[in-house]
Amino acid sequence: MASMAAEMLIASIGRHEARIAWLLAAPAIALLFLFILLPTLAVVILGFTDFELGYGGFRFVGFENYAELISDRTFRRSLSNTAIYTAIVTPVSIVLALAIAMLIEAETRARAFFRTVYFLPVATLLVAMATVWQFLFHPTIGPINTFLAQFGITGPNWLGASGTVLYGLSIIGIWQSVGFNMVLFLAGLTAIPRELYAAAEVDGARSWFDRFRLVTWPMLGPTTLFVTTISIINSVKVFETVKTLTEGGPNKASEVLLFTIYQEGFVYLRVGYASAMTVIFLAILVVLMLLQYRLLDRKVHYA
Amino acid sequence: MTARSLPFGRILRFGLLSLGALIFLAPYIFMISTAGKAQSEIFSSSLSLIPEQWSFAENFTKALSRVSMPTLLLNGVIVCALIFIVQVVVAIPCAYAMAKLKFRAARSMMVLVMLGLLVPIHATALPLYVAFDRLSVLNSYTALVAPFSISVFAIFLFLQFFRAIPDDLIHAARLDGMSEAGIVARVVVPNAWPAITAFAIFSVVAHWNDLFWPLVVVSNQDFATPPLGLLYFRAAEAGDDYGALMAATLIITLPLVAAFLIAQKRFVEGITMTGLKG
Repeated sequence: MASMAAEMLIASIGRHEARIAWLLAAPAIALLFLFILLPTLAVVILGFTDFELGYGGFRFVGFENYAELISDRTFRRSLSNTAIYTAIVTPVSIVLALAIAMLIEAETRARAFFRTVYFLPVATLLVAMATVWQFLFHPTIGPINTFLAQFGITGPNWLGASGTVLYGLSIIGIWQSVGFNMVLFLAGLTAIPRELYAAAEVDGARSWFDRFRLVTWPMLGPTTLFVTTISIINSVKVFETVKTLTEGGPNKASEVLLFTIYQEGFVYLRVGYASAMTVIFLAILVVLMLLQYRLLDRKVHYA
Repeated sequence: MTARSLPFGRILRFGLLSLGALIFLAPYIFMISTAGKAQSEIFSSSLSLIPEQWSFAENFTKALSRVSMPTLLLNGVIVCALIFIVQVVVAIPCAYAMAKLKFRAARSMMVLVMLGLLVPIHATALPLYVAFDRLSVLNSYTALVAPFSISVFAIFLFLQFFRAIPDDLIHAARLDGMSEAGIVARVVVPNAWPAITAFAIFSVVAHWNDLFWPLVVVSNQDFATPPLGLLYFRAAEAGDDYGALMAATLIITLPLVAAFLIAQKRFVEGITMTGLKG
């Protein structure tokens, strides 16, 4: 009897708790549906329509948008430019960040100062600093080319020539992201137990490079994987510098994925077509995340 | 100081770090220097950093007169503050329910949160834009803030943090007769300050710097945020008056840089915390 009453009491408390939990979570759930899930679903559906803002109706066109994308030279250019940009920025910013993190970790003086300096670009308005870089890159009055001229080198028209514009943008991208990666690497380095280095030394790892190869690099595995994924994703999302400095030019040489989507969707208002592009963009992000999870499961478990 | 390890390696290390620091700081140095130079001196393309003739006043006056800087900065503050407050008010109760209360939907909520983490604003922008256009709320604080009212990342971060709060603490509060809402406000939040500050920094840096969404929904100077305002300023300047342009960038970058320099330890912590768990 008594135990049944107790059970009923517990069940009623449980129901009460569940009701309160729902109440507390309700605003978040509602907003999650309204601003993330529904729009994502809508973008997939819009990708199969010829919807244009400003025109009343729309019709479903199946895979027509996707068929058009395959033969769209601007879109293909934009995909390959994004890939090139990512292929430059990600490895360089990771290697630089790791090198700087290790130098700072070993340094005894002015560590906080160096950390601040390298991190500063992460905390500064990118649109503003892009403007400064535009001045630095200016072909005639820019400090970079003036500096090169001192050695008799004629600098290129960095952001103004189709051959160099992606490199110019990549330099800005690297400058901006190294600090972020460095801070993550510093956190990873601090977490490596000192004894491991002592043990490696006992085992005959004398040189700096041996210690790096045997201890630092394997121990940093998870950090490196995470930094790599986030760097790739951020590079794929490059937009600010392109919109501010080049508008995809000259001659589409700096047309990148998000900029093309922006132009098609919000300037030419071809919402259906831009939605199909967005679906491709989203698919790229999903594939990258899945790759990270796969690798995380398998490879980076250090012994 | 001693001859323990020959200083060559240390000098090399310090030298490399210093050289790198100089390169990383160069844009800031040239920004400040150019903001003080007259147009003619900028076009003489000398590498000298100190202006021959101090034109700071002139350039700053120009920068302030073309675009209303106070409006831009105020808009930035309003938008970032609104976004942050709504995000926290929405995410904390939800994260608490998922971490500490038993309810059946908690697992499926977790799946939703992980899915949500995958979807950036760039992916949802088109339908949201169409909807906001239909509702005629473009060019408003609502349009700037609403899509960010839900931060799955905040839920994720707080969830991790709340799980570490001892259950005994919450049971004790319940025995004292506190309601669940009271527990969130008076037990959970005071214990979660490190996570909340970390998230504050993450959120403010992200939205203060965001260009994409303001560019989509705002076409009117009255609601322009700092990055968008700078874009307008560049258009108005035709991009050639570098003195005034650098003065404008200086004004716009200063608030966040100052905040960073004052609370840099928290910034770095915040980014590491949010970064590692993101």
